[in-house]
Amino acid sequence: MGTLLGAALPVGAQSKEPLIWGGDTDGGFPYVFANPANPEEVIGFEMDLARALADEIGRPIEFKQRTYESLLADLERGDIDIAMNGLEITPKRLKRVAFTRPYYIYQLQLVARADETRFQNLDEAKAKGLVIGTLGATAAAELLEVQNVPFKTYDDQQGPYDDLVQRAIDGVLMDLPIAIYYAAPDPRLKYSQLKPGLKFLGPSFADGYYGIAVRPNDTKLLADLNGGIDRLLDSGKLEEILHKWKLWTPDQYRLYKTVEIVAGGQEMRFGDYLPLLLKGAGVTVLLTLVSFALAVILGLVVAVARMYGPAPVRWLAVGYVEFFRGIPVLLLLYFIYYGIPAIIPGLKLDPFLAAVLGFGLNYGAYEAEIYRAGISSIPRGQWEAAASLGMPAALTFRRIILPQAIRVILPPMTSDLVALFKDTSVVSIIAVVELSKQYQILTKSGGGYLQIGLTTAALYLIMSVPLGYLSRYLEQRWGHKG
Amino acid sequence: MTWNIDIANVTKRFGPRLVLNEVSVSIQSGETVALLGPSGGGKSTLLRCLNGLNTFDAGEIRIGEHVLQPGNHAADLQAVRRVFGMVFQDFQLFPHLSVLDNVIEAPIQVLGWPRAKAVERAEPLLKRVGMAGHLHAYPGQLSGGQKQRVAIARALAMEPRGLLCDEITSALDPELKHEVLEVLEDLKRDGLTLILVTHEMGFARKAADRVVVLCDGKILEDGPPAQVLEQPRTERMKMFLQRVLG
Repeated sequence: MGTLLGAALPVGAQSKEPLIWGGDTDGGFPYVFANPANPEEVIGFEMDLARALADEIGRPIEFKQRTYESLLADLERGDIDIAMNGLEITPKRLKRVAFTRPYYIYQLQLVARADETRFQNLDEAKAKGLVIGTLGATAAAELLEVQNVPFKTYDDQQGPYDDLVQRAIDGVLMDLPIAIYYAAPDPRLKYSQLKPGLKFLGPSFADGYYGIAVRPNDTKLLADLNGGIDRLLDSGKLEEILHKWKLWTPDQYRLYKTVEIVAGGQEMRFGDYLPLLLKGAGVTVLLTLVSFALAVILGLVVAVARMYGPAPVRWLAVGYVEFFRGIPVLLLLYFIYYGIPAIIPGLKLDPFLAAVLGFGLNYGAYEAEIYRAGISSIPRGQWEAAASLGMPAALTFRRIILPQAIRVILPPMTSDLVALFKDTSVVSIIAVVELSKQYQILTKSGGGYLQIGLTTAALYLIMSVPLGYLSRYLEQRWGHKG
Repeated sequence: MTWNIDIANVTKRFGPRLVLNEVSVSIQSGETVALLGPSGGGKSTLLRCLNGLNTFDAGEIRIGEHVLQPGNHAADLQAVRRVFGMVFQDFQLFPHLSVLDNVIEAPIQVLGWPRAKAVERAEPLLKRVGMAGHLHAYPGQLSGGQKQRVAIARALAMEPRGLLCDEITSALDPELKHEVLEVLEDLKRDGLTLILVTHEMGFARKAADRVVVLCDGKILEDGPPAQVLEQPRTERMKMFLQRVLG
């Protein structure tokens, strides 16, 4: 996921009002990325192109960091004037924005582990139920979906290659420029991000065009940019840039011919997206319940350890609570999913399990404190009364103290459950597709922010509101016996 | 088997404060003993030492065949605690359990009785303390006197040899005190050993076989109520009686 820094880098020396160009530098090799030698500086073949284009149209172009998935929405909102970040010209996108003539012809490249023998192409992968990873909201993702190949989408382009190396997925299908920088062992690539033990599987295929997106009514800007690209093609400047980044292929000669791509694709209808949202809601509920069960067990153990354990055990319990309450759950999820396999190779958790573990550990710390407060609120006299009847401590805890403490514990515990229910939306960073992520996926490709958004919100409310009522009901029912 | 109590040279400190100072006293099984004395004199502490709710620093307590020693949380502590039931000033009924469940909890959980047997024993006990009509009420619905009578039934359900009563009428209105004290007199007639920390001079005079007065961690007086309360030997005792009786 990209940072939302609005760092503005002017390109070109002209004094006119600059064009604001949106792109994502996060893992953006070779398009636009932070120079590893000088992270303040944004470089890439699109940066070189922007510079050349600024000279051609006589207007400076200023780079603005955005997240890749939000580029078209940012354009529509007016946050940026142009979007250029390996955006494929597709019929679906043409319904929302206008594109310049192409500045690059890409193809898709399938990459697998070097020892892969089970498949040679997408059809074989599909037949064997192997999972292919790709970047979300791209033409590659659309192709996998249309061809019914089992696939998993990521928010960044490095994640799929990492997961491939870790054997979490079986192949990666992405645009050739990316595949070159992550899987081709060419020592001349200056900014190669080569992952070990990968190979290209078969020739690249399914070509398409990168264009610069502008708002449909910015016709003057569109004409200026097209003119600029024309001149960069004629002067050989574009070819020079692509050569510099080792991206030139004979296919690029087709850039000199005009191509026509027309807007198309169907609007998502309620009946199309509802089943997908319901499936996402199911994942949200399952994730919430399993994580909370783990949090309750951990919380109880830690609370008891902190209250009744010998000194070292007590310190451990305090350490657990302070540590897991003190770090953001997002960081924890990221570490469990990406960090642990990097430190201990082979210990690769399924994303759902990683999410359960992350939320369980995080919420376990909160539960532990709630239970400790609840248990401490029961007077010491209750322990003594039970002891005087010959009840041992463990029996007293289970039969006398805990049942009373539960009434104190229940209200904050239920509000934690509701909070967790909503917090589960952050698991998209480790590629678990739950309700919020499904909303993001659907709107990324097809728009429909309002209708799909309202449906998603309704699904959340249908589940969280009754949970609130249930907690109040239990509170009343258990309260009267006091 | 007799369940005599022998307290020998028991000393107990709370920080720098000497609460019990080499206290020695013997109590025969079946006796009713009132522990009197000014607040902070050590009487509640001594009572709680008898069933291990408080530990002590020196000396020894023998209860029948059981021996309690300093810091010694004996393996048979649970067995020691079952010799005497305990009733507290603030009742300490289990608020999440009904009257009946309060009484049968320990017999079922500790003695392993089947529920039917526990209920069969509990009902006459609750009837005896006048609470048969409230089996399914919860503690929150009862008056103080009713709570204390349930607490007595709960202690009796474990079939103890006697009861340790820690100021069990102090939190009650005068008319409610009366109903609890009546229950105690009834138990005394049955031959249970009763050790009562109390401020009820009238009850001590009428029902106790013996009055032991603790003051500043030492035994000030020990004898039949007529002697201790009517003809105190020490000036300290005379002053105490004047203050209490007004």
